[in-house]
Amino acid sequence: MIALLQALVFWIAAWGLNIWLSNSKWSATWPVRIAVPVIFGITLLVLWEGVVRGLGVSPVILPPPSLVAQTFAASTETLWIDFLQTVVKGALRGFMIGAVAAIICAIVIDRSAFLTRGLLPIGNFFAALPIVGVAPIMVNWFGFDWQSKAAVVVVMVFFPILVNTVQGLRSSDALQRDLVRTYAATYWQTLIKLRLPAAMPFVFNGLKIAATLALIGAIVAEYFGSPTRGMGFRISTGVGSLSIDLVWAEIAVAAMVGTGVYGLMAWIERRVTFWHPYHRE
Amino acid sequence: MRNLLPILTVLVALMLIWQLAVAPMNIRGALDIAERGGAEIVPEGSVDRRSVSVWRLMAQNSDHVSMGYDLDRPRLPTPTQVGQELWKTTGAMAIKGRAWSKRSLIYHSWITLQSTLWGFFLGTSLGIIGAVAIVYSRTAQLSLMPWAIISQTIPIVALAPMIIVVSSQVGVEGRGLPKAIISAYLCFFPVLVSMVKGLRAPEISQLDLLKTYDASGLQSFLKLRLPASLPFLFTSLKVGIAAALVGTIVGELPTGAISGLGARILIGDQFGTPLAIWSALFAAAILAGLLVTLLDLVQRVALRHTGAPT
Repeated sequence: MIALLQALVFWIAAWGLNIWLSNSKWSATWPVRIAVPVIFGITLLVLWEGVVRGLGVSPVILPPPSLVAQTFAASTETLWIDFLQTVVKGALRGFMIGAVAAIICAIVIDRSAFLTRGLLPIGNFFAALPIVGVAPIMVNWFGFDWQSKAAVVVVMVFFPILVNTVQGLRSSDALQRDLVRTYAATYWQTLIKLRLPAAMPFVFNGLKIAATLALIGAIVAEYFGSPTRGMGFRISTGVGSLSIDLVWAEIAVAAMVGTGVYGLMAWIERRVTFWHPYHRE
Repeated sequence: MRNLLPILTVLVALMLIWQLAVAPMNIRGALDIAERGGAEIVPEGSVDRRSVSVWRLMAQNSDHVSMGYDLDRPRLPTPTQVGQELWKTTGAMAIKGRAWSKRSLIYHSWITLQSTLWGFFLGTSLGIIGAVAIVYSRTAQLSLMPWAIISQTIPIVALAPMIIVVSSQVGVEGRGLPKAIISAYLCFFPVLVSMVKGLRAPEISQLDLLKTYDASGLQSFLKLRLPASLPFLFTSLKVGIAAALVGTIVGELPTGAISGLGARILIGDQFGTPLAIWSALFAAAILAGLLVTLLDLVQRVALRHTGAPT
C-alpha cells in the first residue's frame, strides 16, 4: 500500500511540476520542451511500479518496470540475436525491397495519366486493408526463415509508399513545370531536378508510415513459424512459458527500434527537404 | 465516375496476372497428385523435381498444367476458387438460413465488426478528448503530443498478447475487450492529430469576433471550433475505422482466438486450408471497403448539412 501511496504522491508532484514548467516563462525553450514529456513518461513508469508493488500484482501477469529493466540487462545477448533476426534480416531487407519497388513503380505509373487514375484509388484501398493477414500465406510460400518475413514486409510497405510517391510526383505546381519547360528540360531532367525533390515530403510521409508497418509485419510473420530466434518467436513462446518479463523486454526493444527508426527518418527528411517552408522557423 | 474505366482496367489486369501466376505456383503440387494417380511425369519423384525450375516442369508436362487450376489445397488459389469459397461461406449459407453458423464468414465478420466498432468508438473518443485537452492546455500539449507520436512507433502486435494476458487475469471474460483496446490504440492517433488541426482551424479574427460577442469558452468551442473541425474529423474517421479493423484482426491473429476473421486466417493456417485463409482475407477487405464507404456517405451528408465546402 505504501508503494502505491508513494507513487500517487509522485504523480501529483510531477503533474504540478509539469503545469508549472509549461506555464512558466521558459515554456518555449527546448529544455522544457524535452523535460515535460520526459517527466510525463517517468510518471507513468513510477505509477506502473507503484500499482504493481502496492497491489501485489504477480510478476507473471504484469512485471514492474524495475524487473523488466533487470531482465533486459541480464539477457542482452538473446535480445541482440532476436534484433538481428527480426529487424535487420526480416524488416530492414523487406523495407528496402518494398520501398525501392514502390518508388520505381510510382515513377513508371506516373508516366501514364490513365494508369494513375486507375491505380491511385486501388492503391489507397489496399493501403487501408489488413494486409498483415497474408503472413501465413507468405510463411507457406517462402519458408520459416527471414525470407517469408521480408516478403510480408514488402507487401505491407509497398502500397503506402506507392500512393504517397504518386501523389508527391504530382505535387509540383504548373508554374514550376512551365518554368522547367522554358529551359527545354527533358523528361528525366524535370523528374530529377523538380518533381522528385518536390515529391520528397510525400515520400518521407509514406516511409515513416511504412517503417512502423515493417516492424509489425516482421513480428506477426514470426507468430506463424520461425527459426528458434526472433522477437515474434520470443514473444509468443514467452507468453506461453510465463516468462513475461522477457516479453516486456522484447516490447521495450521493439519500442526503441520503432522510435529510433522514426527519428532517423525525420532526421533524413530534414536534410533532404531543407528547402520546404515547413522547416523555416 | 471518370475514374471507373481506368480502375476497371487495372482490376482486370490484376486478375489476369493472378490467373496466370496460378500455373507456375501450383505446378509442383499438381504434378505430385498426377504422379500418385499413375501419370507419367518427366523427372520422376517430387524430390528430384525440386531442383528443376517451374518453367521447365510446365514445358515438359504441359498436359498437367491445367490441374493446377483445380487443386483442393493450392499454394495459390484461382480467383474463381476464392470467389466460390467466399460465396459458399456467406451467401449460400445465408440462403439456407445458416448465416449465424460457426462455419459462416458472416458470423465471423460480425464478431470482428463488433470489436472494430467498439475499438473505433473508444479510440475516436480518446482522440477527440485528447485533442481538446491539447488545444486548451499547454501542459497537455507539451506532455501528451510527443508520447502520442512515440506510441504509434511501438509495434502494437508486440503488445497484443500481453494485453490479452493482462485483461484475462484482471477478470475480463472473452476476447472482445482486449481486441477493442488494440483497435482503439491504432485508431486514436489519426483522430487526435486531425482534431488538433481541426480545432485550431478557426482564424484569430474569427475567435476575436466571438470575443466581441462576449461568448464564453464553451460557446466558442461549440459554435466555432467544433463545427470548423468537422471536415478534419471525418477525414480522420475514415483512416481510423480502417486502422481499427486492422487492429482487431491483428488482435485475433496471434492470440489463439477462435472466432473472427483473424481467427479464420489462423485456423486456415493450422489446418492447411489455404482457401479458408484467402476467403477470410477477402471478407476482411470487403468489410474494410464497406465501412470506409459508409463513413464517406455520412461525411457527404453531414458536410452538405453544415454547409462546409467539400
